[in-house]
Amino acid sequence: MKSDKIKFLVFCLIVLAAPVPLSQGYLTNVLVFVGINSMLALGLNLLLGYAGQISLGQAAFFGLGAYGSGVLTTHFAMNPWLAMVLVALCVALFAFAIGFPVLRLKGHYLAMATLGVGVIAHIAFNETVDLTGGPSGLSGIPNLSVGSFTFDSDIKNYYLVWSFALVVILLSLNMVNSRFGRGLRAIHDSEVAARVMGVNARLMKVQVFTLSALISALAGSLYCHVMTFISPTSFGFNISIELLTMVVIGGLGSVYGSILGALLLTLLPELLRAFQDYDIVFYGLLLVSMTIYLPGGLVRGIPALFRRVMPARSGHA
Amino acid sequence: MLKLTGIGKRFGGLTALQGISFNVGKGTITGIIGPNGAGKTTLFNIATGIYPPSEGAVLLDGVDISALPPERRARLGLVRTFQNIELFGKMTVLENVMVGLHTQSSCGLFSCSFRMPWQMSEERRIREKALQWLEFTGITELADVVAGTLSFGKGRLLEIARAMALEPKLLLMDEPAAGLNSRETAELADLIKKIRDLGVTVGLVEHDMDLVMDICDALVVLNLGTMLAEGTPREIQDNPAVVTAYLGEE
Amino acid sequence: MELLNQITQFVISGLATGAIYALIGLSFAIIFNSTGIINFAQGEFVMLGGVLTIFSINALKLPLVFAVVAAVAGTTLVGVAFERLAIRPLKDATPLALIIITIGTSILIRGVVMLLWGKDTQVLAPFSGNEPLHIAGATLLPQHLWIFGVTILVIVGSRLFFHHTISGKAMRACSFNRRAANLVGISVGRMVLFSFIISAALGSLAGVIIAPLTMTAYDVGIMLGLKGFCAAIMGGMGSGFATVFGGLILGMLESLGAGLISSGYKDAIAFLILLLILFIRPQGLFKKGETERV
Repeated sequence: MKSDKIKFLVFCLIVLAAPVPLSQGYLTNVLVFVGINSMLALGLNLLLGYAGQISLGQAAFFGLGAYGSGVLTTHFAMNPWLAMVLVALCVALFAFAIGFPVLRLKGHYLAMATLGVGVIAHIAFNETVDLTGGPSGLSGIPNLSVGSFTFDSDIKNYYLVWSFALVVILLSLNMVNSRFGRGLRAIHDSEVAARVMGVNARLMKVQVFTLSALISALAGSLYCHVMTFISPTSFGFNISIELLTMVVIGGLGSVYGSILGALLLTLLPELLRAFQDYDIVFYGLLLVSMTIYLPGGLVRGIPALFRRVMPARSGHA
Repeated sequence: MLKLTGIGKRFGGLTALQGISFNVGKGTITGIIGPNGAGKTTLFNIATGIYPPSEGAVLLDGVDISALPPERRARLGLVRTFQNIELFGKMTVLENVMVGLHTQSSCGLFSCSFRMPWQMSEERRIREKALQWLEFTGITELADVVAGTLSFGKGRLLEIARAMALEPKLLLMDEPAAGLNSRETAELADLIKKIRDLGVTVGLVEHDMDLVMDICDALVVLNLGTMLAEGTPREIQDNPAVVTAYLGEE
Repeated sequence: MELLNQITQFVISGLATGAIYALIGLSFAIIFNSTGIINFAQGEFVMLGGVLTIFSINALKLPLVFAVVAAVAGTTLVGVAFERLAIRPLKDATPLALIIITIGTSILIRGVVMLLWGKDTQVLAPFSGNEPLHIAGATLLPQHLWIFGVTILVIVGSRLFFHHTISGKAMRACSFNRRAANLVGISVGRMVLFSFIISAALGSLAGVIIAPLTMTAYDVGIMLGLKGFCAAIMGGMGSGFATVFGGLILGMLESLGAGLISSGYKDAIAFLILLLILFIRPQGLFKKGETERV
């Protein structure tokens, strides 16, 4: 649809132009991570907001992507781009394989199973010291480079990460407005009715789960090359919860909502550095109050609030 | 079209169905009736793939579908509607019917994400067909309404439009007249006849005797999990055993 | 002989932690059976039991018995507040919303505890000293006896309560069929509240008796909660012996695995078992198979 295309183009322009006023500021660095978190949040939203499947273990795929690329490019001196593709494919295959038994579960059981996967992955990152460096982390990961051009500064990494992010966003927007996306939403609204209509719910759930894992792994690979150092603390249960919060706040079932959520929850902790210890309490309160009072997330809540405050403007969705 | 042979179903120690065998003839409207607790819903669920039978077989057009899940049955041309209507509440009316066309289209995850040109034309075709089915059931003007906000009667019509979009060989309806007033029931009767005229075989579980006697070509009567009688509405009406089952002994 | 002694040792300490998992599992099952909710915040009740006891002893200078009572009471209050403020307003919410709410609450409780008492591990002195007892070639700590004793009391008590008191039977009725229970005059809302009270009390009690062995900190709730959940799953979410067996088996497997194979992967063992059970036998180890559902 025309308006969707325009919206996306405007968004691209904003993203491409954003670092210019910031020059080499600290904020550019933060925006790099907004990009990575946007990809992660979007991956989770496709699974959770559209298909309605809970996953509390996204950090596992993020970590597998990061450690996969990290280990291959340090211990085995593989070309980073090749490693990225290889890792993404392997994680996708892994997700596809465990997807079938995992997604047969529903509701709480699914939540617990994905939680279990996340915890096991985290423990593995900590224990396989020879490969991953264990709790002390893995360092010396090379930056990505094309020929002699190396992505070694905030501004370069910003464009690198957001190029990937924009492609993922575009593909996601295409997908959710298509037959496949309709099928997912149907599964979410009434899996029984969807199946009766011939929608292969089982396969589609696994497909979107795999897609979500693939995006997370890509984000992980990018992360390790941007940071050049990774440790297991970045891939624990807390991260999965943060992602969940981003998606809930931004808006379940909204592509732009994921980005909004990622932006807010990456930016806010940086701006509120002084209140660092309060972040857990904050997330908890946010999750609970958003779910009770604003279940559509901010991306729907703010326009709704706007419409209520300015009734004269209504009559145009 | 649909053949049930020796269907039995046990839930733990409870035998819900035993020895059910009958044919739903191609191109007919067949009703499955019986007093409460007769096992109609259980039979219906077995026919539509919600759970498998403990014994016996279900054949669709000669193909054994007894162990097939609902989505496979849909691809073979069997679709059902629900007594309490199961709509995709957050999607629009049009989108609901477009899901009905899922089996008639093939754009998968990859093609949809990359907006292949053939996907765009397929999408247009799906949209047009969906609108045609909305017109068939007379709810075209509701196309952009969110399905969850529909009244029950309109929701029922949407469910039928969605089911028809699948272009089924056999449409099984679970108490389609439930919750409808007499005017809506009369319109439903006409709609079901229209569906039969398109060549679709219709089977319905129903309590509304007026509707059943009006439109059904054949009837199957269940009582206490077994078959009580089978025949034309006239024959069933005159069958003393059926009368007793419904009304009790004199 | 050496190996046998070691194994006996692992089995005993495994049974002790298993008893704790059993208690936590029972708490999960009680709330699930009356509300259909899996309370992700259950682990935090366990954590609160230990933390509040230590606080009562150190800051309020209460003797042990009163400290335990205060801790259990305090946690129960938190449980009631949780039910009233977060669960009740969402009576008809989607399972997803409920899961997010309980996760959010568990994070909230953890965050508040961290703010009040910091991130350090805290120590609770064992109830009857630390002199090891030697029974049947294995070494038992007095705290182990406390754990077994309390667990047995709880099991007997819950059996009596759920099967021989009106309130207990009413709660079981709710778990079978809420509407029917409502129709015969049982106040479902009150039963739900009771279930939260019992679960919070049970959870915090479990937290208190294990604290002297494993120390406690603001984040022990996550792991304990998850393992308790695993025990509940193994027991098919029943409020009876199946869950207890599930917990004991889990504790033993974990202890044996950690001792004989690798201690770093100790936590992973519980989750691997959880995944296996969820994949292969989600109705629990001891229930007969139900009719297949699509």
